[in-house]
Amino acid sequence: MADTIEIRWHGRGGQGTVTAAKVLADACLSGGRYVQAFPEYGPERSGAPLRAYNRVSGKELRMHCPVLHPNVVAIADATLLDGVNVAEGAKEDTIFIINTAKDPSYMRAKLKLSAKQKVYTLDATKIAIECFGRALPNAPMLGAVSKATAIVGLDALLEDVRKSFGKKFAQKIIDGNLEATKRGYEEVKEG
Amino acid sequence: MGKVVAVTGNEAVANALRQVNPDVCAAYPITPATDIMQRFTSFVSNGMVDTEMILVESEHSAMSACVGASAAGGRVITATSSQGLALMWEILFIASGSRMPIIMPVVNRALSAPLNIHGDHSDTMGARDSGWIQLYSENAQDAYDNTIQAFRIAEHLDIRLPVMVCLDGFIISHSIERIEYMEDEPVKKFVGEYKQVYPLLDVEHPVSYGPLILPDLYMEYKRAQHEVMTKASKVVLDVASDFEKISGRRYGLFESYRLDDADIALVILNSAAGTAKDVVDEFREKGIKAGLLKPRLFRPFPYGEVADALKSAKAVCVMDRADSFGGFGPLYMEIASAFMMNGNKPALINKIYGLGGRDFLPEHAETVLNELNDIVKGGKVKTHKEYIGVRE
Repeated sequence: MADTIEIRWHGRGGQGTVTAAKVLADACLSGGRYVQAFPEYGPERSGAPLRAYNRVSGKELRMHCPVLHPNVVAIADATLLDGVNVAEGAKEDTIFIINTAKDPSYMRAKLKLSAKQKVYTLDATKIAIECFGRALPNAPMLGAVSKATAIVGLDALLEDVRKSFGKKFAQKIIDGNLEATKRGYEEVKEG
Repeated sequence: MGKVVAVTGNEAVANALRQVNPDVCAAYPITPATDIMQRFTSFVSNGMVDTEMILVESEHSAMSACVGASAAGGRVITATSSQGLALMWEILFIASGSRMPIIMPVVNRALSAPLNIHGDHSDTMGARDSGWIQLYSENAQDAYDNTIQAFRIAEHLDIRLPVMVCLDGFIISHSIERIEYMEDEPVKKFVGEYKQVYPLLDVEHPVSYGPLILPDLYMEYKRAQHEVMTKASKVVLDVASDFEKISGRRYGLFESYRLDDADIALVILNSAAGTAKDVVDEFREKGIKAGLLKPRLFRPFPYGEVADALKSAKAVCVMDRADSFGGFGPLYMEIASAFMMNGNKPALINKIYGLGGRDFLPEHAETVLNELNDIVKGGKVKTHKEYIGVRE
């Protein structure tokens, strides 16, 4: 994989996508790496499509602009696929990670992706509802990103989920998110 | 040894202010600087600093309260952006004219109208002539380091002037980046105890602030203000040298990036300089001698040093994230003056970019460097001032 890994997140306001990008940045700090996490700031409305970005690199990150050619595209809400071009600027080997109950092969055909572009799917919303009772797919999405990209190990990620959610939520919610992260890691399918 | 963290620019600045633990802070919220003061007031509420927090009804009042507290003999801070800075304008001059070492992070944001909350440099460039020292920051690390150094610069007994620490709204203020914090103790030791100079609250030695000075003395006073400002460059360098000893990070009056043998060069402030440096590297790999100069100290402006650093360049583009309608961008005017002073005459062009938070992309830097390269190869300068990344 390239020296610098660039991730573009697609989600909707209120789904925790920006939080996911922040947690991932924190988790990737290990090993002296450089990280960035930033959303695209617009009018912040619940349910509106939004993008967030990560860069992770072994060298200093000086680029201060949106990710234009992502190595990884993480889609937290599959209903965006009909309105947003999630493959915009993708490279020939970009990895797509999609929250959907559908199979990777179905998504590959829908997005017209090439054979070199890997597709991963998981039903992150279902996992989230089962683990902590709310349709917030960010924790399972993080687990899936960890599995699909190996950008950060599951243990380091869980530690950061615990730290990040620990500031705001009750133990039950934290435990549910930790479980959801693990299940996202385990249940994501490659195709 | 410090601690590596992933935080936003605002968070980093707020943490620097916590470590310094100033006496008084007066502030009024404004996007995107609100977060700095929101975090700082939490430090006050949680007893992590001893600062007296004054919540006021406007930025004009915030700066007025800062002036009062500074005259009283306190180490004083505030933070603002855009319209907030514009509303302070009257009092900015009172702070500098009264030689008050107030520290103010300014999160750069566009000015109304039309209303826009995103990053450009119109606000602080508008305060260029207010008599404040201005430091610009490329990223969260610079913003943190500049904030700490600002206290030493402002409070130096030869200087005693207010300092603005400028960082780009949202691009830096709200983005998470890896930065290195220093421990609290070394920061406190570096900044040192605040030294009062003619404090109003020293009732044994009464003084008067804000007198009327008529034509017989006003001009001498203003010349003295200019003279003290010109001494600030040396202090900025001395403080940077001390700072390097405790942090390992080096700062100057500006950053020279691959300029020594450069044929073409960009001059660019703040976050866009980082993006442009990556593009400069790409041009170098293609065998084109590109370089970049990123000013850090904008007031006082180091004309001679800047012209010297750019002396090998045959074509230079000054990139401004602020405008002077009907004139050139403010940074361009400084660079043109610098070249005029030392007789250096490269081809010089001005591009206005990124107003109101418009993204500055690598392709923009690429287009400009290609244009400079064409000029060096014998092409003509087509336009002296042009807007880039703009729809026709």
